[in-house]
Amino acid sequence: MKGACVLHPLGPQPSLGRRFSKVASPSRRPGFSRKAQYGLFLGYVTAVAGVLFAVLLLAVAVIDPTGFRALKGAALDVTAPVQSGGRGIVRFFGGIGGSVSDYFMAASQNAELKRRLEASRRRLVQARVLELENRRLKALLKLGQDEPNAIAVTRIVGSSFDSPRRTAVLSAGGSSGVRPGQPVRSPEGLIGRVIETGRWASRVLLVSDGASNVPVLLARDGTPAIATGRGDGTIELKTLEVGKNPFRRGDVLVTSGVGGLYPPNVPVAVVVSVRGDQTVAKPLADPAQVDFAMVFPVYQPAAEAPLSAQTQRTLEEAGQ
Amino acid sequence: MSRIAGSGRDVALMSLRRSWVPVASTLAAALLDLLPVVATTPLIPDFAYLVLIAWRLLRPEMWAAQVALPLGLANDLIAGHPIGQSMALWTLTFLALDLIDSRAGWRDYWMDWMFASIAIAFYTAAMWGIARLMGSHVDMAVLGPQLALSIVSYPLVARLVIALDRWRLSR
Repeated sequence: MKGACVLHPLGPQPSLGRRFSKVASPSRRPGFSRKAQYGLFLGYVTAVAGVLFAVLLLAVAVIDPTGFRALKGAALDVTAPVQSGGRGIVRFFGGIGGSVSDYFMAASQNAELKRRLEASRRRLVQARVLELENRRLKALLKLGQDEPNAIAVTRIVGSSFDSPRRTAVLSAGGSSGVRPGQPVRSPEGLIGRVIETGRWASRVLLVSDGASNVPVLLARDGTPAIATGRGDGTIELKTLEVGKNPFRRGDVLVTSGVGGLYPPNVPVAVVVSVRGDQTVAKPLADPAQVDFAMVFPVYQPAAEAPLSAQTQRTLEEAGQ
Repeated sequence: MSRIAGSGRDVALMSLRRSWVPVASTLAAALLDLLPVVATTPLIPDFAYLVLIAWRLLRPEMWAAQVALPLGLANDLIAGHPIGQSMALWTLTFLALDLIDSRAGWRDYWMDWMFASIAIAFYTAAMWGIARLMGSHVDMAVLGPQLALSIVSYPLVARLVIALDRWRLSR
């Protein structure tokens, strides 16, 4: 190393990058040429007009998020086949954190799981008894259980991992009957709802997105609440009444069916922390881990349908 | 390819490479959004933006500001951002950097990194603000890790862009 220094009698040589980058930046100085000056000016006019145009487009997107449906759907269709190739990679990246911690926590996890198994075995017996009773009562009431069939069973093939929004891409679209507004779930729980569709792909707003509000019930005692995403993979729970926080760690929340968009009794999240008024829950369906995503029809189509002419008229009269 | 262009075709290929490598590399970085990675928290930097400002800071004379408009539109469509978001933010970044270049006589490596960090912070905050306008009321702290990771990975992206530039201009 010392020999190398001797080779440079003028001292250590500056690194290549620094020597070259300190050159005065050759910006677009037009000099005295009128033509060049006008050209430069025109360039900036174009750029500023372009920014204004883009802001206009953005304003349209903010006011009407379903705008440019055809354009965005086409873009989804073009890009989705690239994503569908790599479902294995999704599982790999999603699983890294989990498997490492599983390895180190094996002993304590084992004990915890044994304890839980005991508890759930007792619950299972209770649930069987209740199920039987339920069936008998329903038969008495002649109540039909009309569970809707899934429109499409598909896979999650990508997500918006570099944006503050939380969306995922499904590999099924309009050609399979998927439409904006439809709820998406996996066997584990609710994933979100469809916001954009192409022919072969669609985009889903996850329940953890900040713009997602899901009406839920506390499975333990039926307390209603709203589950709003926090943008970091968790959900915040807001009760409809003020006062004592009814949530406890480990509570499970299911959809209530209020609003008519999501079907009732779909598991949504489990409470992970309660701090004063703030309750944070974690979605039960982790989009990175679930095998299948099922798209269901809107629970009560009337909720999405436009108002009837008579209702519209009554509302207008009331407004005047 | 030999070092000396032997025919008109070689010359055409070289000039094609000179003009299209920056655009192609930015689009390739935008296409990284299509990787089948499902993340539940924003953590991974927006590489398209990093590559874009790395080119802009390395070769200020190469792109006029309005070049960012079609590139931004492509990024919006690929990544599923609201249309106009990257168009507006990328072009504004270019205009701001033009302004900086017309004031500052020179810049070195550390200043490049500083300008890049400011641009990244502006970009992240603006995306957060637009999401907020669209009804997604998310705590700004959620974006902290992504911001830090973007700033730290800028020098790596800049290295890559310098290597590409060397290949682009080599004969």
